[in-house]
Amino acid sequence: MASINRLIAMLESLEDDLVVCMRCGMCQSVCPLYRETRLETDVARGKLAILDGLRNALFEKADGVAKRLQRCLLCGACQAQCPSGVKSVEIFLKARAIISEYQGLPPVKRFILRKILAVPERFHRVMNFLAHCQKLVFKDTNSLSGTSCARIPVPLLGKRHITPLAKKPFHERVPSMYRQSSEGPTVAIFIGCLIDRVFPSVGEAVLKILSKVGAGIYLPGGQLCCGIPALSAGDWATFRNLVRKNAEVFSGEKFDVLVTACATCTAVIKEVWPVMMDDEPPAVFGKIRKISERTVDITEFMIKYGLVEKGKKLSGHLKVTYHDPCHLRKSLGIWKEPRAILDSLDRYTFVEMADADACCGLGGNFGLEHEDLSEGIGLKKAQSVIDTGVDVVATTCPACMIQLSDMLSKLGSGKPVKHVVELYVDGL
Amino acid sequence: MSEKPIVKDLKAILGADSVLTAPEDKVAYSYDAAVVEPVIPIAVVQPKSEKKLGKVITYCYRYGVPLTVRGAGTNLSGGTVPHENGIVVLTGRLDKIIELNVEDMYAVVQPGVITARFARTVEEQGLFYPPDPGSQAVSTLGGNVAENAGGLRGLKYGVTRDYVMGLEFFSAEGDLIKTGSRTVKCVSGYDLAGLLVGSEGTLGVISRIILKLIPYPTARMSMMALFADLLSASQSVAEIIAARVIPATLEFMDRFTIDAVERFSRAGLPTDVEAVLLIEVDGHPAQVEDEAKKVESICRKCGALNVRTAKNDEERDKIWEARRSALSALAKLRPTVVLEDATVPRSKIPQMVQAIEEISREFNVQIGTFGHAGDGNLHPTILTDKRDHDEWKRVESAVEAIFDAALKLGGTLSGEHGIGVAKAPFLYKEVGRASIKYARRIKGALDSRSILNPGKVLWLNDCHRE
Repeated sequence: MASINRLIAMLESLEDDLVVCMRCGMCQSVCPLYRETRLETDVARGKLAILDGLRNALFEKADGVAKRLQRCLLCGACQAQCPSGVKSVEIFLKARAIISEYQGLPPVKRFILRKILAVPERFHRVMNFLAHCQKLVFKDTNSLSGTSCARIPVPLLGKRHITPLAKKPFHERVPSMYRQSSEGPTVAIFIGCLIDRVFPSVGEAVLKILSKVGAGIYLPGGQLCCGIPALSAGDWATFRNLVRKNAEVFSGEKFDVLVTACATCTAVIKEVWPVMMDDEPPAVFGKIRKISERTVDITEFMIKYGLVEKGKKLSGHLKVTYHDPCHLRKSLGIWKEPRAILDSLDRYTFVEMADADACCGLGGNFGLEHEDLSEGIGLKKAQSVIDTGVDVVATTCPACMIQLSDMLSKLGSGKPVKHVVELYVDGL
Repeated sequence: MSEKPIVKDLKAILGADSVLTAPEDKVAYSYDAAVVEPVIPIAVVQPKSEKKLGKVITYCYRYGVPLTVRGAGTNLSGGTVPHENGIVVLTGRLDKIIELNVEDMYAVVQPGVITARFARTVEEQGLFYPPDPGSQAVSTLGGNVAENAGGLRGLKYGVTRDYVMGLEFFSAEGDLIKTGSRTVKCVSGYDLAGLLVGSEGTLGVISRIILKLIPYPTARMSMMALFADLLSASQSVAEIIAARVIPATLEFMDRFTIDAVERFSRAGLPTDVEAVLLIEVDGHPAQVEDEAKKVESICRKCGALNVRTAKNDEERDKIWEARRSALSALAKLRPTVVLEDATVPRSKIPQMVQAIEEISREFNVQIGTFGHAGDGNLHPTILTDKRDHDEWKRVESAVEAIFDAALKLGGTLSGEHGIGVAKAPFLYKEVGRASIKYARRIKGALDSRSILNPGKVLWLNDCHRE
């Protein structure tokens, strides 16, 4: 009991945010997980209630609350439509961090996060090794979507149809770049782990786009993960470490804008970095805030800098639909921009799918830890895609791309899944 | 009987995966959307079929275990807060639309079907299910029937009661009771559905509902009228109805609410007005056009500063966005929100709004009022922080004063939220003790072991629990 009091004291910082929830239950209408299970602890209201319960000493141990907090995609749908303005995602991230600080991280997670993810050289060595031996472990399941599944049981991957790692990651193709521009803005690029390792062609498309507008390019080497896998696992220390190092990496040159082609990275840098790092020394926080304020999603950048001309559209012979990544639409309110880009492509005709903004079900760690739930949500998404009868599905988040390919492949559909910028540069 | 064997038996009946007993899960079912004390149940069950639901009730009857049925837990009077020795029965897995009959215009549904989903589904068939409680995006039809939920369209289209053609429900003993039918007319036996609707889970457990549907109106038109004083807004309402125009929705917002909405959403509402009416007429296109013109000229004649008519869907959405965001905008001002629904005869709205303003001053609490002007159902919304004990005491006094004011004007404690536990201490003031004793005799006869949501509604005075 004495030690739970320590946790209760640690949770005190959340009180003012927790009392904002008036238990109206409207979050039930948008929560992708609740739709599957109809269970109260799977939706924000229930999670906030048990966190409040933990704070009010209703439980002897933190395990039960911790376990239920992990059952969340962190998609932010609840927060986006909460009548009272509860900052649920921020609360859940902080609560996960506080509870795991109190309990300690499980050894395997601790090892992966602190000894691999947080150390770039080691991270790249491990990933290179995995890229090298993946052919031995996986067999192709779908040549069109390019997914494979494990020949032998691999922990965490389960029955997933996974998109393989690229033979040569983006940072080996383009280790760093700095190009000044006489007139246009100087644009920094944050690449993100999944684009680097799984979809380097998306990174290359971003470079092409920036070249097209004649922007200055600032691509510093040594970039690290944005930190969200660590934070969502409750590892605040590794998250802080990664953010600090990233802030250092991007402090070499001046830039006007920072773009990413990963919806999650954009949302994390823009929304999560400033609120989770505001107790850093002013000099460090200043750097973080500067990056954060300048960060925009690549599609928003493209619209802002006039890459999409209106009114010259032909009716394309290929049909394309668009999946809204939660972190772009629900966190940042960006949904018109990618559609405007797709709409402008001569080869394509845009078709809206049902529930385009429904979560794909991956949610980072969630997809690995709750494969069955993730699949339940994901298969509905894939069915919406198939129902449109499109030739290709586009999105703006590499994690969504992996999940969509997995789910489409499981339904026996080989529809290619592409990033919006890939389709854009195809037409250049 | 103690907790452990009950849990064991329930698991044997339903399967272990349908019975929740972890302390965290129980805490998550200790509350609903009302500001009342939470009560932790001994277990939570989620039956996957109507048959299993019946078995749970039979079991509870045999061992005298209280049960509280829960749909989405959006109740605003504490009706879904369980009994401390009881279980919570979830209807989330009973969520099938069993039959949607377009020809005969009815639907048969299970209690866990979500209201808005149902409304959308019937709309796709060109049909209309009008009851639209504020929580319709999440609320369940079972909950709507048990609470006789209302909504914005009450004046023209009525409330949930007006759409219930028949029910199947389990009695306290677990017997399946059928009442009503798929026909428009039916006088076979007692109107038990009439008894069950609005009984707040105290007389039976609903397992199937037959709902009436009507044709979807082919046209609609929305207007927003601004007033410099309350009286001219209220006069407009009276004159609209006197002119034999029954709008589908006729909503009201007071100055405090308008200010909050404007600050919150910058919807372009002028903040120097005392009242806003939001009006929608629907029906046949010719009739809609005619009625819209009438409404506009009546509002102007009664002194409206301005009347805006939506010219397209976008403008219509903008008008209703202002109303939809009312609760949200108010809720963001303070941590605790007490949403009341005292209702008065339509013509008494100005007196009621005035009374609420006086109460706000007298008890020094913030109150924003909006609501359904067409049917006199107002939502005085008290903004507070429950952690401030002194303020909370004043809020409780203010709530009681609001009830008294509504009753004095010939109104009711609750237009659509139900009595539950939050209003149970005051029920005698409205209906008298004899009425409560009469209702208790019904309750006693139908639920001899007092297992169906006990402790709700029927308090004989301001402190007595069953």
